[in-house]
Amino acid sequence: MTVVLAIVLTVLLSTTALLALARIYRGPSLLDRVIAADLLLAAMLGAVGAEAAVNRHATTLPVLVVLSLLGFVGSVALVRFAAREES
Amino acid sequence: MSVGTVVDWLAAVALVSGALLSLAAGIGVLRFPDVLDRMHAATKPQVLGVLLLLVGLALRLRTAADLGMIVLVGVFQLATAPVAAQMIGRAAYRSGRVDRSLLDVDELAEHRPEEGDSRPERDGSRPERGEQRRGGSRSGPGE
Repeated sequence: MTVVLAIVLTVLLSTTALLALARIYRGPSLLDRVIAADLLLAAMLGAVGAEAAVNRHATTLPVLVVLSLLGFVGSVALVRFAAREES
Repeated sequence: MSVGTVVDWLAAVALVSGALLSLAAGIGVLRFPDVLDRMHAATKPQVLGVLLLLVGLALRLRTAADLGMIVLVGVFQLATAPVAAQMIGRAAYRSGRVDRSLLDVDELAEHRPEEGDSRPERDGSRPERGEQRRGGSRSGPGE
């Protein structure tokens, strides 16, 4: 069961990351890229958490805390930069 | 079937459904036509998807110390995702990246002053679009 779970989660989350990367590459404006980068970070958060859940260890839990705060700081900084550029 | 097996299966269901929400958001972000539509799709894994994955993680680990840190991640995610989404949406609306033909109702347009319009509620309490154009309040803290 653990192996099947690991394979399914890997496929789903890496497909999400690829789609988000495609939007970062194509995105017409900076805001599309910020949204896609947020999604990429959410997928990374899910991947780290899923890895910890499948292997049943808790060593990467502080990484989850840092990632959940990092996404907020990064997107807010980029959006403020974008708003200043537009005006 | 012991209790541990049942809890493990519940955790597996939570993990897979969280990952499925991420995948749906990835497809939506790639396929939707507009900034606001893409934001609508991208907030699913940020809140519900991450929460489902954390529930699955908590059901697999089953210790009190880990549970505290998992709750902390969930609280951070719930507190910061709406703020970031609000800032992205406001920047998109102000810079005119919103496709108005896709909107049913635009309630913000009724409250937005026109260019060069001097209506009485424009007293500097809110940073408005017209003032930003002139560069008067560009570095204000409430911007």
